[in-house]
Amino acid sequence: MPLFRNIASMIALLPMIVISLTVFVGCIIYSFVYSLTNSKLVPVMNYVGFDQYERLFKQRKWDVAVENIFIYGFVFTIGCLVIGFLLAVLIDQKIRGESLFRTIFLYPYAMSFVVTGLVWKWVLNPTFGLENSMHMWGFGWFELDWLVNRDLAIYAVCIAAVWQGAGFVMVLMLAGLRGIDEDIWKSLSIEGVAKWKSYLFVILPMLRPMVVTAIVLIAAGVVKVYDLILALTSGGPGYATTTPAMYVMENFFSRANLGQAFAASIIMFISVVCILAPWAFYEFYLRNKYAAN
Amino acid sequence: MSAIPSGPRPKHLTIGRIGMYCFILTCALFFLMPLYVMIITSLKDMDEIRAANILNLPKELSFYSWPKAWSQACTGFVCEGLKPGFFNSIKITVPSVIVSVGLSAINGYALAFWRFKGAYFFFGLCMFGAFIPYQVMVYPLLKIEDALGIYSTLPGIILVHTIFGMPILTLIFRNFYTSLPIDLFKAARIDGGNFIKIFLYVIIPMSAPITIVAVILQVTGIWNDFLLGLVFAGRDNQPMTVQLNNIVQVDYGVAEYNVDMSATILTSLVPLFVYFISGRWFVRGIAAGAIKG
Repeated sequence: MPLFRNIASMIALLPMIVISLTVFVGCIIYSFVYSLTNSKLVPVMNYVGFDQYERLFKQRKWDVAVENIFIYGFVFTIGCLVIGFLLAVLIDQKIRGESLFRTIFLYPYAMSFVVTGLVWKWVLNPTFGLENSMHMWGFGWFELDWLVNRDLAIYAVCIAAVWQGAGFVMVLMLAGLRGIDEDIWKSLSIEGVAKWKSYLFVILPMLRPMVVTAIVLIAAGVVKVYDLILALTSGGPGYATTTPAMYVMENFFSRANLGQAFAASIIMFISVVCILAPWAFYEFYLRNKYAAN
Repeated sequence: MSAIPSGPRPKHLTIGRIGMYCFILTCALFFLMPLYVMIITSLKDMDEIRAANILNLPKELSFYSWPKAWSQACTGFVCEGLKPGFFNSIKITVPSVIVSVGLSAINGYALAFWRFKGAYFFFGLCMFGAFIPYQVMVYPLLKIEDALGIYSTLPGIILVHTIFGMPILTLIFRNFYTSLPIDLFKAARIDGGNFIKIFLYVIIPMSAPITIVAVILQVTGIWNDFLLGLVFAGRDNQPMTVQLNNIVQVDYGVAEYNVDMSATILTSLVPLFVYFISGRWFVRGIAAGAIKG
């Protein structure tokens, strides 16, 4: 009786099943249902249709948040990939002190987002930070006032984030590079293909699954960005660096505007699904289908 | 036979390689700069910080900011430094790591060896949970914990960390266990082992490497967490990251950058220590967490 044989296994997996259903599925349903109400301080079942969403899309602050998440997502993802791949390639050149360099490039990844944010806040401090250093060295024209500049503050966030995340991509890519067959390198060198060309046009396409995984993981993390910005700019100047996650948290915990927060969080959730769905479809469905044939 | 080597000396250092080293050293300096600034700032006094270049070494070492950050710096009206946060973080991290790793090991074991119909459906659901932004789940989860009477308590935050650590940990345990030879399991079955016995006497003794990876992943992850600690831990159990942010972001009084930087270093000591002693295990953790099953 397979049912009885596995009864212990079912009991063992019960916590996972309960958590998946109540927390992962249940919370989304809860949030969606209450996003259709006009709940303020406490959740109340007062149905108002999609009013909260309509109001959300009219908020200037939400527009800024969405714009920021696109800028941040784009710059951060590209920055991490380019720098991470470049570092992986360099470290793959049998250089001296390989493990030292690897340690240096990855250590920021071990640190908290809050720490990263606070350190860069100090480094980019408009009065005492790097700008001041450059002035003291005689580069009076040098400007690095990003943290107090409405248009550039989000790029300061990007720098801090790339500093923290590039090592992660480097590790993934390096694992991929080390997995490339020696024979491919041999035949490439017999053909006389320049090294940089080999990397760009032969090796990089071979690493595609790894690149795709890295992009998906980074992109799914982008949507969540919260602590880093809270520590670095607190969403400022003004609300120039606010993000959807901050918008949600603010409406939950300081503005007592639950309906708005639920609606915004559902939009966040939908965007994550949009990022993941094509990847998951490819990874789990198409791949299995081809594997079966 | 002449022992004198003939032909051109093998070139180890070409222009290209020198350029490469220059580039990688520049990158290394960029990655190290914030750490360097953190450390030297914490060793300066405020007069020097105001007068001198942020990148200059301190003229005379001042250590007063360290004890101040540890036990006197103020968060709001309380001036106890980071010390309570440090112990809170330990109180949160240790049980959370034990519970989440233990539970996930059992999950992985059940999924790998005792599959029952529907088990993988729930596993998929659980994995899906890894990508849902916290903001979607925070409020409903808070309501659930409130109903259970554990909101704002130590068990409450431990439960939250267990829930959010579960998808990725279950995945890496399952992947590890499916890579074990199945014959081992079959032999144990023939010898009359049941679910619990096989886990205790066959599986656990072989789980050391993956457990180390999981523990590293969880210790750094939970220690560095900010958002969950902020919402779920309650006033009396605020983790170090939350207190750090409160100390640095005080919006009254004179900002003491040296104390801020000491506090930042103190907060990142645990994850950095784990990172530096665990080296390749940390890297394995990243790879295991990133590669999907």
